[in-house]
Amino acid sequence: MMSWIDFFRGKRKEESSASAAKERLQIVLAHERIGRTREDFLPKLQQELVAVVARYVAIDPGKVNVNLDRGGDMSTLAIEIELPAPAAMRMAAGAR
Amino acid sequence: MAQVVVVTSGKGGVGKTTSSAAFATGLAQRGKKTVVIDFDVGLRNLDLIMGVERRVVFDIVNVISGEARLNQALIRDKRVDTLSILPASQTRDKDALTKEGVARIIEELAKDFDYILCDSPAGIEKGALLALYFADQAVVVTNPEVSSVRDSDRILGVLQSRSKRAEEKKDPVKEHLLVTRFDPVRVERGEMLKLEDIQEILSIPLLGVIPESESVLKASNTGTPVIMDAESQAGQAYADAVARFLGEEKPHRFIEAEKKGLFKRLFGGRAA
Ligand SMILES: Nc1ncnc2c1ncn2[C@@H]1O[C@H](COP(=O)(O)OP(=O)(O)OP(=O)(O)O)[C@@H](O)[C@H]1O
Ligand SMILES: [Mg+2]
Repeated sequence: MMSWIDFFRGKRKEESSASAAKERLQIVLAHERIGRTREDFLPKLQQELVAVVARYVAIDPGKVNVNLDRGGDMSTLAIEIELPAPAAMRMAAGAR
Repeated sequence: MAQVVVVTSGKGGVGKTTSSAAFATGLAQRGKKTVVIDFDVGLRNLDLIMGVERRVVFDIVNVISGEARLNQALIRDKRVDTLSILPASQTRDKDALTKEGVARIIEELAKDFDYILCDSPAGIEKGALLALYFADQAVVVTNPEVSSVRDSDRILGVLQSRSKRAEEKKDPVKEHLLVTRFDPVRVERGEMLKLEDIQEILSIPLLGVIPESESVLKASNTGTPVIMDAESQAGQAYADAVARFLGEEKPHRFIEAEKKGLFKRLFGGRAA
């Protein structure tokens, strides 16, 4: 419960920004703590994925984009690989 | 030509990261292609202040060690499209940063960006030295407090002797004083150093004065650089400082104590 004086001072908004802070911290720290005990696998994962795709199509390693969005329950990893010639497209589907 | 700007202070916790985030966002809002680099390896925080912590995949150390390309490590801001962030590594130690590695990154960034901001860690060790080494300009963040002013003086000495410009005997690094966490009421009471005194001691041009403001905490809670809070005094003061940095004339604001009315005195409330 907030007191009436907090109400006049506009504390309500403050509280919501603090809860946003808590939520953000919980998510980022959960991921960082995992990373402390285990080596960060993302660089390797990306290298291996690119290597697999490169076996089928000639790709430009500079045209690989990795986007991550960490969430509380779920994270999404989007790896965008630009594929060159249309003929090669049939062989490999873009990993997304 | 891209300009490399270091945000530095010597002393810790004076507002370098807050200022880097605000400045980078402000420059980008004015259409400048801007990238802000976190040099605080092991203790990254710029990602949180910028609100991109959930999107960090690669960092500056991954790029230096060749595990990722620069464009993969850069995080594009979703609010201002001319703004990018290069995070520091959270797991590696400072030795992973090398002068050659940083040189390569800055050289590559200079092709695509107008401003390269370097958020320095505290101290005058390796991370801080590397953050300032390539600088063309320096924003020296200082609080109205004795140890902060002394450390700023120390870092000015380092800029003048150990930067690349100094070593190569080029034009010196252009220095700007940014006084932050300024509390006019306490200055008036004689509890805090006056603006004129800080300026007199450090004798470098004053770029801006950022008032002590509750909105800074609110901004960091939500991961929104405080300059985006156009209502807040701190946000407005940062916007003015960015304008001055780009050559505009702006009078300094928020440096006098507000005369408080009876209501405010009774119910408190500080600068927004
Ligand atoms: N103008 C301001 N008003 C109120 N609080 C502020 C202001 N500027 C910075 N702070 C607060 O001061 C603290 C330190 O700020 P910040 O992290 O930007 O400093 P720093 O110099 O980057 O620290 P470090 O040396 O650890 O990297 C933070 O809690 C921040 O919210
Ligand atoms: Mg910092």
